Amino acid sequence: MKRARGKWFSLVILIVPLALLMALPVYVPSDYTVILITNILMYVVLTLSWAIFSGPTGYISLAPAAFFGVGVYASAILSSDLPLPVVIPIGGAASFILAYLVGSLTLRLRGMYFTMFTFGLVELIRNLLHWWEVNITGTVGRLIIAADNTTVFYAMLATFLAVLFTSYLIRRSKVGLALRSIGESEEAAAHSGVNVNRVKCAAFAISAFFMGATGATMSMRWTYIDPTSAFSIQFSFMPVLMAIFGGMGHLYAPITGATLFSLLEELLTTKFPYYYMLLFGLTMLVVILFMPHGLEGIIEKWRGKIKAGLRSSRETT
Amino acid sequence: MKLLEVAKLNKHFGGLAACTNVDFHVEQGEIVGLIGPNGAGKTTIFNLVSGALSPDSGAIAFEGCDIAGLKPHEITRMGIGRTFQSVKIFSKMSVFENVLLGHHFGKSKPSNKKGAKEETEGILEFVELSGMRDSRAMDLILANQKRLEVARALATGPDLLLLDEVMAGLNPTEVAQAMELVKRIRERGITILMIEHVMKAIMSICDRIIVLHHGEKIAEGTPGDISKNRTVVEVYLGE
Repeated sequence: MKRARGKWFSLVILIVPLALLMALPVYVPSDYTVILITNILMYVVLTLSWAIFSGPTGYISLAPAAFFGVGVYASAILSSDLPLPVVIPIGGAASFILAYLVGSLTLRLRGMYFTMFTFGLVELIRNLLHWWEVNITGTVGRLIIAADNTTVFYAMLATFLAVLFTSYLIRRSKVGLALRSIGESEEAAAHSGVNVNRVKCAAFAISAFFMGATGATMSMRWTYIDPTSAFSIQFSFMPVLMAIFGGMGHLYAPITGATLFSLLEELLTTKFPYYYMLLFGLTMLVVILFMPHGLEGIIEKWRGKIKAGLRSSRETT
Repeated sequence: MKLLEVAKLNKHFGGLAACTNVDFHVEQGEIVGLIGPNGAGKTTIFNLVSGALSPDSGAIAFEGCDIAGLKPHEITRMGIGRTFQSVKIFSKMSVFENVLLGHHFGKSKPSNKKGAKEETEGILEFVELSGMRDSRAMDLILANQKRLEVARALATGPDLLLLDEVMAGLNPTEVAQAMELVKRIRERGITILMIEHVMKAIMSICDRIIVLHHGEKIAEGTPGDISKNRTVVEVYLGE
């Protein structure tokens, strides 16, 4: 009975903002708001997909920019010939394949070594592409057939729903359980029958799929791209910071973290353009020092208190 | 029937011979003890049999199949479960989830979600941890953490269970309970190979004992034979 009520409650919490989001371009005529929300959704998707693999396993990947950039370029090459709903999954699939290959080679690396490698991967692909564009195609940048803001917004929203649903399914599945066990002890997981390498590669590739899809979507807003902007390391660091800011234990945590973080970034860049980086750094310091589990830690503490309060009030009456 | 047969097993770490020409076998339904001084190569043998290490040479046959060099998860799925000398439970996961994981990925094939849940609960009851099913594994006392590790290994549906010092660090009451548990596991038809330093336990529950020293097998026999064996007494049991 109580559980069912909790389920309905979460469903309402999910559906109301979603409905508001879906109707957004109708009741908000301002382009600025639509673009802002699209940007926030982009970071939410990147953070959620980062958390699919890195959250439970604790492997800190700095590769999101690589997968995002591959998606951007897939879309740059294909968008003149193919429709948007086809281009986006292809961008995702290209990143999926790259991640699976890279993963099967490198996921035996642990801790710092893995992080360093993923950081290097972004630089490697960016430089390779740069070389290719200069020497083979003879142009550094590319023009993209742009889609209008509303279309990009809906494409981003669809990607968000897809990553949300996928994360939810993985968390509930035995693969989710296996990923958590890998995060605690790979040795014990393997001796309990988990094919550790395959599970890691699959989760890494699935998370890369959504990063690639995001890149393919966002490139349509940019009209002009080059390797430096498509593979900007910002797309690697932001999801990590946002996940730390929000927390990773519950599904709502990376969403909240990414949303507030990108709003904060927007606010700081527009209101304090000169002190923006300084304020940003200070905020991050405060979060790491005083909120070890991010926003989630605080929210869960409140939830615990409210639950305890309800219980005691029920007992006294 | 020989469930496990190890022949001419060798493993070197640089210049250190952790395991030299070791031969032994385990019969279906037996409890076999593996003893020896620290550094004798006991855990190395467990690592070789369970796939954590692959041997330099030699054969390991389980139910007639050669398993030397297979991956740990493959060996687990063939029916060899193990525990670790230093407890390796999933400390942030609940007791129930720890065991459920073994059930999902081991040899036993659960028919559906409900079946998996029931079987997991059955195993928790068997090791007497039902009351703590929702606790985080890290909140258990050592004796219960060791039981949980045994439960996780049992959930993989093993025919052979490798127990690496399940009684180390336990108080006398807990040792007695652990011995009881080992006997009950055998009654379920599971064969047991165990490393143990608690002599009282080894001597009273093992059918056979294998003694290792400097990576070589120096003796093998019933507990009675071993306690009378001169070499064993000299190198291990002491006068």
